[in-house]
Amino acid sequence: MLVLCLIFAFLGLLLGYAYKKLKVQSDPLVEQINDLLPQTQCGQCNYIGCKPYAEAIANNEAEINQCPPNGEAGILALANLLGKEVKPLNPEFGEQKAPAVAFIIEQDCIGCVKCIPPCPVDAILGASKQMHTVIAAECTGCELCISPCPVDCIIMRPLEKSANHWQWTDHV
Amino acid sequence: MFDFLWRKKTASFTGGIILDGHKHVSKIITPPIAKELVYPLFLASNRYAKSCVKIGDYVKKGQVIATPDSPLSTPIHAASSGTITAIEKRLIAHPSGLAENCIILQTDGLETVLEAEPCLDYQQQNREFLREKIHLAGIVGLGGAAFPTAKKLNNSQPIHTLIINAAECEPYISCDESLAIRSAKNIIQGTLIIQHILQTARCIIAIEDSKPEAYAALLSAIKTTDIQIQKVPSIYPAGGEKQLIQAITGQKIPAQKLIFESGFICQNIATSFAIYQAIILGMPLTERVITVTGAGIKQAQNLQAKIGTPIKDLVQACQGYTNHAEQLIMGGPMMGIALASDDIAIIKTSNCLLIEPLKQADTQPCIRCGDCAEVCPSELLPQQLYWYSRSQEWDNCTDYQLADCIECGCCDVVCPSKIPLVQAFRIAKAEITQKHRQTEQAALAKERFENQQHRKLRIAQEKAQQLAKRKAAIEKMKAAAAQRKLN
Amino acid sequence: MQFPTSCSPFTPSNNSVQRIMFHVIAALLPAIAVQFWFFGFSILMQICLAIGTALLTEALCLTARKRDIVSALSDGSALLTALLIAIAIPSIAPWWVVITGTLFAILIAKHIYGGLGYNPFNPAMAAYVFLLISFPLQMTQWQSPFAFLDFSNAFQLIFSEQIAFDGTTSATVLDLTKTQLHLGQNLANIQQQALFGFIADKNRELINLAYLLGGLFLLHKKIIHWAIPTAVILGLLIPASIAYSIDNSLYSSPTFHLMAGATLCCAFFIATDPVTASSSKKGRLIYGLLIGSLIYCIRTWGGYPDAAAFAVLLANLSAPSIDYYLKGK
Repeated sequence: MLVLCLIFAFLGLLLGYAYKKLKVQSDPLVEQINDLLPQTQCGQCNYIGCKPYAEAIANNEAEINQCPPNGEAGILALANLLGKEVKPLNPEFGEQKAPAVAFIIEQDCIGCVKCIPPCPVDAILGASKQMHTVIAAECTGCELCISPCPVDCIIMRPLEKSANHWQWTDHV
Repeated sequence: MFDFLWRKKTASFTGGIILDGHKHVSKIITPPIAKELVYPLFLASNRYAKSCVKIGDYVKKGQVIATPDSPLSTPIHAASSGTITAIEKRLIAHPSGLAENCIILQTDGLETVLEAEPCLDYQQQNREFLREKIHLAGIVGLGGAAFPTAKKLNNSQPIHTLIINAAECEPYISCDESLAIRSAKNIIQGTLIIQHILQTARCIIAIEDSKPEAYAALLSAIKTTDIQIQKVPSIYPAGGEKQLIQAITGQKIPAQKLIFESGFICQNIATSFAIYQAIILGMPLTERVITVTGAGIKQAQNLQAKIGTPIKDLVQACQGYTNHAEQLIMGGPMMGIALASDDIAIIKTSNCLLIEPLKQADTQPCIRCGDCAEVCPSELLPQQLYWYSRSQEWDNCTDYQLADCIECGCCDVVCPSKIPLVQAFRIAKAEITQKHRQTEQAALAKERFENQQHRKLRIAQEKAQQLAKRKAAIEKMKAAAAQRKLN
Repeated sequence: MQFPTSCSPFTPSNNSVQRIMFHVIAALLPAIAVQFWFFGFSILMQICLAIGTALLTEALCLTARKRDIVSALSDGSALLTALLIAIAIPSIAPWWVVITGTLFAILIAKHIYGGLGYNPFNPAMAAYVFLLISFPLQMTQWQSPFAFLDFSNAFQLIFSEQIAFDGTTSATVLDLTKTQLHLGQNLANIQQQALFGFIADKNRELINLAYLLGGLFLLHKKIIHWAIPTAVILGLLIPASIAYSIDNSLYSSPTFHLMAGATLCCAFFIATDPVTASSSKKGRLIYGLLIGSLIYCIRTWGGYPDAAAFAVLLANLSAPSIDYYLKGK
């Protein structure tokens, strides 16, 4: 009896130790969801950025199919993470487009700085009465700067095809 | 424990296959100068050159027409004298089949040469000077990777063995072999220069045992004990850097390690010759030996071609196409790239033009025979990798060391089901790279967005604080005023 | 001039599934010829029935799955499966046995799983076990080594199940040894019986030698890897030698085990089926040893006299795990 008790106590300790030692250090759910979002910060999901949308998903306030830039693959990844059903992208929130970056037609720019605050990633450079420009490498293609421009000098340009960016996936 | 059972007696590196040579070694012919020479400003991935000539400029042979624009770029030199007629988009020799900006040089056939600056006393020069000279001569690794030779010779770690790669293991290609026969003495001179720069004690020229004539020529040209020459078995891909090192020294370089980390450096034999020309003759790299061969060409031969010559001119010099000309490959049949047009010009790394009939085969399901794993020189499991890449399990691909695949094509050639394995692996690699890039971009965007949020919050808080302060001040003033009234 | 572009390598594969399959089929021919020489036309009829059924079933399955019939049929895999079934079952089994077996092999064991390359079990062996369990009587009556069947005899026997003359059927020596040992007989006495030849079954041991010949041809042509047959034979011989050295009146000799039953056919033709075997280097050895030792265990202590089919199926089941844990070593 005593032996059994000792064995069980030992096993209990062992399990406790193993639990502590092997415990998976997991990110909070919001962070995990946020990592699967494209970070375009475009707000097409009706939240002001990817993180707020991730919080809404985690609190079951939003569906997983509200992010057009993420596309079907992104919905699938979210569904896998959350154990939810895969749904097609909700067209209310927009359609998935080919990746593009904003470009300012510089001779048309009047330097009104209206496009600078909407940019979620501070990718537009410019000052009042000065010509503005987009840092292409940092632009997420969210299109939030298009509508504030009073002279419509911002356009979306698809990524240019070049041998340098070419990959074997483009071969087929 | 049982490894000895699988080791082949003839092979001295893991895996590999024996292929038919199809090599027709001939004397090197100099073709007529092409009317137009084309120089792409895109050199290799993330390496560009910047044009330093204008349309209408007259340039001499050997004159710099484009300067390096990125850290690993090299200058471009005109291979003949003439006028710059355009800088425009042309199809380039790249698997993408895309057009890039090119400098177009209309030749005048006079071959007016820019005065050369020979340097015969290289032993008296310091290494820095010689490396700079090699860089200014525009020399890149002529074996295929196009890595700037000056950068490669700038070793941070000590190098104990220099290997001159004359293996030329791919079928059909014989440019290095014929170069060795013609210019053995100069190749040895070039090798001595490399040895002087690197200060390595040991230098081995590695050549396949199927090239007795080139072997004899090199052997008789070696007048020093500093350079040895060693035969390697004619097993493809004996010319791969790691395979070559294993074949001649028996030392296996681990998959994740670079060869220079183990104290080795490989230089192609043609690069050695180019270094001789750059230092001793003061000539930049503007020409190379190229093999034009295959069933699709009337007269297979080796040509001393000007870099920038359109392929059609070289074909012309070989009496034109036969009616078997159905595909155009730059490089060998195992690792070359298929080009869409013969208007494309040859570049520094073009060692062969192979014109062949199309060979297509129906793909059948994998029968798991395991032959691909047997021949893989990187000791991978192509069959397993293929399943994972087909089901898009990129993490598993990475676990099974997809990155170590050298795309040699051995697995494709032995596959009974004729599965395009290399193609699948290239696509998988590209997908992984793209995923990686996307993740990086998302992380950057996330960071910038969060910084902005923090900033907005901070500004709002500061404003609120100021407002509160001001309010408090007003209250204070009001209270003071009330106090005064009372008094 | 314009050219099409594609991905390297541009050297077409010098190997093909068809080449592999037809080499294996060719390697089976000596054994079939020897069997024909000693046992007559029955084997040829089984082969014809099996091939006919296999090709028909394969064509139907491919049509149903909307695949290209010609290229898949010409790969020879269905033909090989049919041939293996025909030589594995008793040559005097009724016509519906071989037809049911072949149908099962192609339809259930191959196409249900996704066709060539996707089947986890060797189709021929799956069919053999299916038949053995479903029709135990027909599957254990073997043609007697003393009965040569001419065309009409064989035809009658297979198609109308009429026995032409007495003594057409007999047990195999494995069967005989097992039952007689149970009855308390001594091995030395058992082996005096007429069914025994030099080492094992009279005449049938020569067929097995022909399998060995075919197997060596395949090894020479590098169609099969040496590891699997070697390991199968070692896996059988090692326990057999140990047991034999302990008590040679109870346990048969290793040479007997080698030459009796389906050992050699299994080692060279069945265990080496690439689709269902282990494909890693060390995995092949383990896989082969597993089959060999399973054959010995089932023969000696199991309920069935011969065990190649069960051993192969069990090893098929473990092949993916073997490969997974060895990761290609």
